[in-house]
Amino acid sequence: MLILECPYCGVKADETELHGGGEAHLKRYGPGSSDADFEGYLFHRKNPKGVHFERWRHVNGCGKWFHAARCTATLEVFGTYPAQVTAPPKALINKIKKKRPDWEGWT
Amino acid sequence: MSTRLATGGRLIDRNSRVEFTFNGKRFTGHSGDTLASALLANDQMLMGRSFKYHRPRSVIASGPEEANALVALGHDAKMEPNARATTTELFEGLSAKSQNHWPSLDYDIGALNTAIARFLPAGFYYKTFIHPRPFWKHVFEPFIRQSAGLGPAPKQKDPDRYEHFYAFADLVIIGGGVAGLHAARVAGEAGLRVIVMEQTSAWGGRSLVDGGTIEGVSVEAWVNATVEALESMENVTLRLRCMGAGVYDHGYMLGYERLTDHAPVDDMPRHRLWRVRAGQVLSATGAVERPLSFAGNDVPGVMLASALRDYVVNFGVSAGDRTVVVTNNDDAYRTAIALHEAGLSVPAVIDARSETDGELPNKVRDLGIRVETGKAIAKVKGGKRVKSVGLCLQAGEGAVLEEIPCEAVAMSGGWSPIVHFWSHTGGKLTWDADAAMFRPDHARAPTGEEGQQNQGIAGAANGEMTLGAALSDAHAQAREAVKRAKAKLPGTASPKGEAPAEAPLAPVWIMPQGANAKLRAKMWLDFQNDVKVSDVQLAAREGYESVEHTKRYTTLGMATDQGKLSNINGLAILSDAIGADIPKVGTTTFRPPYTPISMGSIAGEARGEIFQPLRRTPMHEWHEDNKAYWEPVGQWRRPYCYPRSGETHTEAVNREVINTRENLGLLDASTLGKLLVKGPDAGKFLDLMYTNMMSNLKVGRCRYGLMCSENGFLSDDGVVARIDEDTWLCHTTSGGADRIHAHMEEWLQTEWWDMKVHVANLTEQYAQIAVVGPHARDVLEDLDGMDVSKEALGFMDWADGELAGIPVRVFRISFSGELSYEIATPAARGLELWEKLHEAGKAYGVMAYGTEALHIMRAEKGFIMIGDETDGTVIPQDLGLNWAISKKKEDFIGKRAQERTFMTNPDRWKLVGLETVVPEEVLTDGAYATADGANGNGQGNVQGRVTSTYFSPTLNRGIAMGLVHHGPERMGDVLDFPTTDGRVIKAKIVDPVFYDKDGEKQNV
Repeated sequence: MLILECPYCGVKADETELHGGGEAHLKRYGPGSSDADFEGYLFHRKNPKGVHFERWRHVNGCGKWFHAARCTATLEVFGTYPAQVTAPPKALINKIKKKRPDWEGWT
Repeated sequence: MSTRLATGGRLIDRNSRVEFTFNGKRFTGHSGDTLASALLANDQMLMGRSFKYHRPRSVIASGPEEANALVALGHDAKMEPNARATTTELFEGLSAKSQNHWPSLDYDIGALNTAIARFLPAGFYYKTFIHPRPFWKHVFEPFIRQSAGLGPAPKQKDPDRYEHFYAFADLVIIGGGVAGLHAARVAGEAGLRVIVMEQTSAWGGRSLVDGGTIEGVSVEAWVNATVEALESMENVTLRLRCMGAGVYDHGYMLGYERLTDHAPVDDMPRHRLWRVRAGQVLSATGAVERPLSFAGNDVPGVMLASALRDYVVNFGVSAGDRTVVVTNNDDAYRTAIALHEAGLSVPAVIDARSETDGELPNKVRDLGIRVETGKAIAKVKGGKRVKSVGLCLQAGEGAVLEEIPCEAVAMSGGWSPIVHFWSHTGGKLTWDADAAMFRPDHARAPTGEEGQQNQGIAGAANGEMTLGAALSDAHAQAREAVKRAKAKLPGTASPKGEAPAEAPLAPVWIMPQGANAKLRAKMWLDFQNDVKVSDVQLAAREGYESVEHTKRYTTLGMATDQGKLSNINGLAILSDAIGADIPKVGTTTFRPPYTPISMGSIAGEARGEIFQPLRRTPMHEWHEDNKAYWEPVGQWRRPYCYPRSGETHTEAVNREVINTRENLGLLDASTLGKLLVKGPDAGKFLDLMYTNMMSNLKVGRCRYGLMCSENGFLSDDGVVARIDEDTWLCHTTSGGADRIHAHMEEWLQTEWWDMKVHVANLTEQYAQIAVVGPHARDVLEDLDGMDVSKEALGFMDWADGELAGIPVRVFRISFSGELSYEIATPAARGLELWEKLHEAGKAYGVMAYGTEALHIMRAEKGFIMIGDETDGTVIPQDLGLNWAISKKKEDFIGKRAQERTFMTNPDRWKLVGLETVVPEEVLTDGAYATADGANGNGQGNVQGRVTSTYFSPTLNRGIAMGLVHHGPERMGDVLDFPTTDGRVIKAKIVDPVFYDKDGEKQNV
């Protein structure tokens, strides 16, 4: 059972307090988008073995959505940050690169 | 015969007398006995039968790795199947039954399987039962179901109590043997919060039986002193009968404490599940002995050497007068010594190694016991009991040199460290070829949330098999754990353990090494599931090279012991058969729990009434007083109907419908979701949430709205009221309030976070009452307060005011087609208003109505219901709701998806009404309309299905709604709906609005 620190309320929350929301930083494609773009947005996910950026909601807590960078193989958590961004914070990316020199980057 | 010895037995109290029954037969034992030791003491060798061949089996081990002696404990509701006799402590009145036999343990008809074993090879089921297909259903499956299964689960409700216990610790030590105890002392003296879990009822582990000295005193004296020291430390918690069950992510671990299994009482929980968040976990779990693979190694009387020793030393029980020891290592010689010291005979120690010159073998020789090196057992003779073993050369093919009569065989193929917990969270193993075992690879240890090592492993579990080495390893590993916990290292000294030195073992996977096929077919690997050496070799020949595939194909290691005995032997055979090294073949995955834990302990207190919270409306007790028949709706209970005396539910529902349509009905609609959406951008936001336009709704007005998922599918519906310039109140379905609230929050927080909008869930802040029927306005006027006339409050208007002195918000909306007001009031006033309405309504024949009347009335009007007409694959366009989908809006959630080709396909099934041709008939919910022809699988084609179906008391006929291929264009067509009992109900396609098509009744 994972522990993730909610970046809003600072609580180190047990997984039972949280609700997972899948891959983070998806770009929404709405009306006017191509079939391929829309299909990608709806259905295509990276599902990496390794560093992954994902969405979580502190549902049995402050109710806020946040993002976590986590290794899906070892479950190491590199950091959490608020959801109101379109890309992970630079400092976090640098931290992950330092820990995982072979990581291909988040995009 | 097996018997109780006149002396010995360190765990039993010879002055006590404990009565118990096995298969209805009365026996006595002593307190301190396990069920296995007590049965052996009573010469009850036969304890069960194997799963596939129903072979007679006795106990093979003395601990949780037991694969044979599984029994059903207790009676009726308290019956527990698959309890291991070796870990079941004896208590007065214990009742046990053996399993997997028919008609009796002694005479089992399924044992015939063993005679045809040649025809039941690995993968037998896959190979045999495929063709002809009907045979599977009618012949094979019923037969297999009858003969399979290890004990039935009880049918009654479990009367016992279980509890969860939450704890936090700097270090959890799993295992209370000498290594675990010393590690606890080091960590305790370092000031860490420590929990030590020991699965048995006593501290000290194997060393108490195996002997030696620690710090110059006996193991027992050292254990007692250490436990005493630990008990005096406030930061150390010691739990006996508490098994480490599993280690999970980020230091979460479970302990399974059996509180009263050994002494049943009614006023205490039976099991306790410890849910611990541990900074560090240290496995001091010891090792498990491996069987040797020789023909007949499953005959009752053949046991692990350590188990035989345990029974003699701990319980004063002998498995037979003459025991042959067969081994590939020095440790098993301890069994020969223990038996000899107990006055029993050891005709021979058969050692597969070509020479032995260690301290223990020489001591055995000095005792005058015959030691045969370079030898093996060709075959064990005996059926329900060992009669003799055939001595042969290990290097040969099994020619018998000599028959040695005996009643028991003590076998030892070496020891495997218990690395389960290390492996649960990804710790890796490395193959130690010299010791022939997988041991933890400390360079690839389990890690936690920051990538830090969060588990250690010590003692025999770490591959250190002798007393001295195990203790110094425990000391070192405990210090590592203290360092990882960032505490100061204490001055605790490393204890010196002394025991005879042991020579290396020789890996022996088949005995004798050249055994022919006939012998290999009698060498058991997995005792419970009857997997033999020949099965694994067959699997290898058939191309199963992966250990995970072989496991599933042969069922090796899939029994309740989860491969504790069979795993290493099985993969050694596999690696030999495919010509790959053991480390290349690897192990199967170790998964929690370590041994099975009760379902009750997993559920804990969450059962019965407190399984989940019950949500009550402010009028809940009124419904209860008025004999409501409840229907669960999410966590709510809603009245389905209010049956009067002598009335069936159907009659009650029909009465409620007719009375509402003709007079006056009241519905408790408090469960309806009520979300307040407020802020400068609320209108813009709701335009994205709903398919229709909400920003242009006028203050004081209501509008029915639809919500879709981004996939385009209809997700919820409800009436939205505009409260003021920047405030909207969104009603959701009863079950959907929390989900839709979360849906709105998700989009607000993660996509449109620039919008200035707040959403508050007010569902429980208001009671809501639907006042419905031709006299709805009359009763409100009688209550006095606000103007509810048609002019002041038209259809789809809302207004704030007072009724009978109670503050209310009245919505003029209708889900029944009648003149109808939905009245919200603060929850605390709900019951008062509800009672006042009933009182004032008496003059108009008022009756409360329940959810079923609500459903029938909405269906009569052709109103859809989320969850009936929708199922996650239905878009609003399928339901003829195009009028509620804005064409002006650039965007809303689901808009792009509804433009996808599959969504715009004219062949999508569309909503229609269905009228049964015979009016008395009612269609079956979910029934399909058949069509001509068949699909590729030979199944008949279908052209539609029923989504809602009722008998309408208003129209006195069966009505339904359904989704039908080209439905709206086929008015008047008659469709066939077969029922499950072979009839066909015919129904005509009609308009879905069955009642008051022009809406005159609601619009008065």
